[in-house]
Order: sequence, then structure tokens, then C-alpha cells
Amino acid sequence: MSVLTASYVRDEPRGFSAGHYAICFAGIVWREALRFLHQRERFISALVRPLLWLFIFAAGFRQVLGVSIVPPYQTYVLYEVYITPGLIGMIQLFNGMQSSLSMVYDRETGSMKTLLVSPLPRWFLLVSKLLAGVAVSLLQVYVFFAIAWFWDVRPPVTGYLTVFPALVLTGLMLGAMGMFLSSMVHQLENFAGVMNFVIFPMYFASSALYPLWRILEASPPLYWICQFNPFTHAVELIRFSLYGELNLIALAVTLGCTLLFLGGAILAYDPARGIISRKRQVG
Amino acid sequence: MQDLSTASPGMTAPALDIEAVGHAYGARRALDDVSFRVPRGSFTVLLGPNGAGKSTLFSLITRLFATREGRIAILGHDLARTPGEALRRLGVVFQARTLDLDLSIRQNLVYHAALHGIPARVAKARMGEILAGSDLVDRLGDKVRNLSGGQSRRVEIARALIHRPRLILLDEPTVGLDIRSRAEIVAEVRRLVREENVSVLWATHLIDEVDASDRVVVLHRGTVLAEGTVADVVEDTGTSGIRDAFAKLTETRLHAVGLELAS
Repeated sequence: MSVLTASYVRDEPRGFSAGHYAICFAGIVWREALRFLHQRERFISALVRPLLWLFIFAAGFRQVLGVSIVPPYQTYVLYEVYITPGLIGMIQLFNGMQSSLSMVYDRETGSMKTLLVSPLPRWFLLVSKLLAGVAVSLLQVYVFFAIAWFWDVRPPVTGYLTVFPALVLTGLMLGAMGMFLSSMVHQLENFAGVMNFVIFPMYFASSALYPLWRILEASPPLYWICQFNPFTHAVELIRFSLYGELNLIALAVTLGCTLLFLGGAILAYDPARGIISRKRQVG
Repeated sequence: MQDLSTASPGMTAPALDIEAVGHAYGARRALDDVSFRVPRGSFTVLLGPNGAGKSTLFSLITRLFATREGRIAILGHDLARTPGEALRRLGVVFQARTLDLDLSIRQNLVYHAALHGIPARVAKARMGEILAGSDLVDRLGDKVRNLSGGQSRRVEIARALIHRPRLILLDEPTVGLDIRSRAEIVAEVRRLVREENVSVLWATHLIDEVDASDRVVVLHRGTVLAEGTVADVVEDTGTSGIRDAFAKLTETRLHAVGLELAS
């Protein structure tokens, strides 16, 4: 290393402008995108999982499971068409968990400290990181839509646009949930437990695979569990918006849960209130 | 002459002011009533064995932990009341490596600059200045994963400087490095203090990193045992050198508390 310029200590800036925030946000998204590019297998595995469900699971079930005409569908639909919103939700659910996993990893390797010692407000840093994760999930979702189109899953063309804001919101909710969970998981090894106790129950106890009326016929308690599962409402929000309709209850629940999880994550990472400072340091 | 009564707090205050700071992990107290100052333009060594509370103190200064007891101010900016103003004047080199191994040197530095609201083109110009004359300047596109321990440390120091802080904290920055890398890093940071008027708080358990011209804060079991110039501490303890002074202060053998002389 060599000399710094004489202007090294000249400036004494005060406050942060919108430009500072924009540069910081762009930097966080850019870093997330670089990391994503370096982990191509993550992109592929995120697509393989729902495609297996679409190609194999749905192909088998279409013969035994009829889906009657329920909103937003105007006619009978193939089972592949029915489970597509659930598979989109699955992509975002796994992406949210992947993001939280990488936050636990970052915390263990120390690179999370780099983010947290930024002078910009911590809530802004966390929301930026969350939005960066959502951007990655949106890319995965639209690639899945493109492949599903060749499998005869063809919602109205305008649906690809109308579903966009819903995908942003559901991505935020699931990402915020992952972020909140990451604040509670202290070691990377413990994350497998999250997979077993969060992802799978959320996915299976929802309207992703079966319509709620069918679940009600089979098991009323399970129906109510599904109703209380935020993932059900995320899937229904995606399903309706994909056909240009708005499910207000799903919107309200998804929005409310997003705020709840995000608030929890911000509190957990807040040095004044969170749980991070209770961990012991060495040295 | 400037009227000091109207000057901003950052113009007259010490680089770092720590007043009666404490911290506990559950029932175990890691820091107890810790107070000291890092004057502007000084190289201050925070000397203490492993477990003395150095890393906990660094976590409080960097606001990774909240300061629940006492007060910390950086260049006069209270960390609890104006954290943004305090942290923007602070550069940090953590004890554990915190670079993103899969990103290049340039990408790591640009990312860190962005976290301070500094555009990429400014960051690229600054990294050219900071790394000028170093072998790293030709390796900006290399992934950090491919660097040696010493080179990684120098990148971390460059990263700590990219937003032009006034105070730099370095937590055991030479641990795990060979003798030559250690000497180069110590010399480089001392040059920053001498030529750029940067203030440094250097935490270490390696007593041979203390220079006669340094200020020293001796931290042991979460308490400050001594603070001042090396000469002051030696004189106050009535010993012949900082090594003996530390032994007398802690009333223990050096090797027993993990304080080491690098071979």
C-alpha cells in the first residue's frame, strides 16, 4: 500500500442524501446478483424442484384428482394448472429460506458484520437485502413460467403482468419470514431443523396442492390449519392475480404477515433490542 | 483562529471517547466500567490477553451490540444518538476475515464503498490511491479466495480506508500472519497515523507490537488496568518496560494469561 491523497481527512459530510441510499441499495442488490451468478447450481436446483412436481407429481395426479370450477378459474382446469401458483410459492418459499441460510452463513463467516456496520439505518439495510432476494426469486419465477408454458400451463398473457406485484409481496413475506428465522438460528447446522419444521409443514398444509374445499371434506382440522397458514394466502394471492383478479383476504393476510415478519426481523437485528448481542464473543 | 464554542463536536472531541461502558452475557460480565480515550492522530494499543473483552468492546464500538451501560462517542458523535454520523467516520478490520471470498478485490471494495453511499467510480479511483505501489494493484480482478493471509489482511485494511474514516479499529489484525506480513501491516498502519493524521485503536495480545511512542490501554478481565503513554504506564508501575508493567498490573505470568511475544 502506498500514499493516500492529501484530501484524506478534508471532508466532514453530515447526513445522508437520497443518492447515498440509492447507491447503498444498488450495491446490496448487485452483490446479491453476483453471489447468485456464482451459485448457478442454486438457480438450477430452485427450478428443478418445482419442475419435478409439475412434470411427474402433477402428471400422475391429474388422472385421479379432478378440480371443479372454483374462482378464479372459469372452467375445469388441469391439475398442472391448479398447482402452478403453489409451485411458484414453493420457489419463493425456498428462495426466502435460501436467503436466510446465507444470512446465517454470512454471520458465521463474519461478512454479515460488513453490512451491519454500515452507517445507514439498519432497517434500510435489511429491507434492501430482502428486496435483493426478491429480485432473484422473480427471475426464477419467470423462467419457471416460460418452461411451464411449454407444458400447456398458459394463463392469460396479461396475467404475467398482473401477477408481478403479487409476486413482489409474497416474495417479501417469505423472505422476511426467512430473515426473522435467521436471527433465531445461531448455527448453520441447526438450519436443517428449519427445513423440517417450517418449509414442509407450510407447503403441505396449504392450498398449494389441493383446493381448500377438498381439504375441508377430508379433514376439518386440517382445513383450519391451512386457513391459518400464511403460505395458503400467498398462494391464493398469486393464483387470483395470475388471472387478473384480486383476492382481498389473501392480500390483507399476506401484507399483514409481511409487516409482522419484517418488524420481527428488524427488531431481532436491532442492536438495542435484538437477540444478536446476547451471543458471546471471544477476545 | 476558529471559535471552538461554535465548532461541531467532531472538530474538538477525541477520536474515540469511551465512558463507563459495561456489557454482560447473561450473568457473566465481559466489560465493567471501561473508560478511556483515543486522542486524535494517535496510535493507541488496546493490550490484553485472550478473553480480556477486546472483541466485545469492538462489537460495542461498531454498534453490532447496543451500549446498554455507559457512552461511546466517535469524533464527538454519540453512537447511541447519532449512529450514522459516528459510523461513517469509523473504519474497521475485524479479527475474523470478513471479505467475500467469491468476489474479487475490486468487487469487495466497491461493495463496501456502496454500503457507505459512495459510487463505484469514486471507489475505484480511491482503491487506486490506497493500493498504489502495492502488488495488489495488479490483482484487483483476482478473487479474494486466491490471496494469501497477509494479502487478505491488506485488502481488509484497504476496505476499512475506502470511505476515508478518521478512526480505524483493528482487532488482532496480525494474528495468523508470518513475521514479514506482520511487520508490513504494522508499518503501513503507523504510516497512516503519521502521514494522514488518522487515529488508530489497535487491539492485540502481542506485546511486541507496542512501540515506545504509542499510547496503551491495558484491558484485563473486562476492566481497564492502565491507560497512557508507554512511558507513563512503565513509570506508574515502577517497572523497566511495558512487558514487566503488564505482568505487574495483572499480577500474573505473561504466558498464563495468553500474552505472547511473537517469535
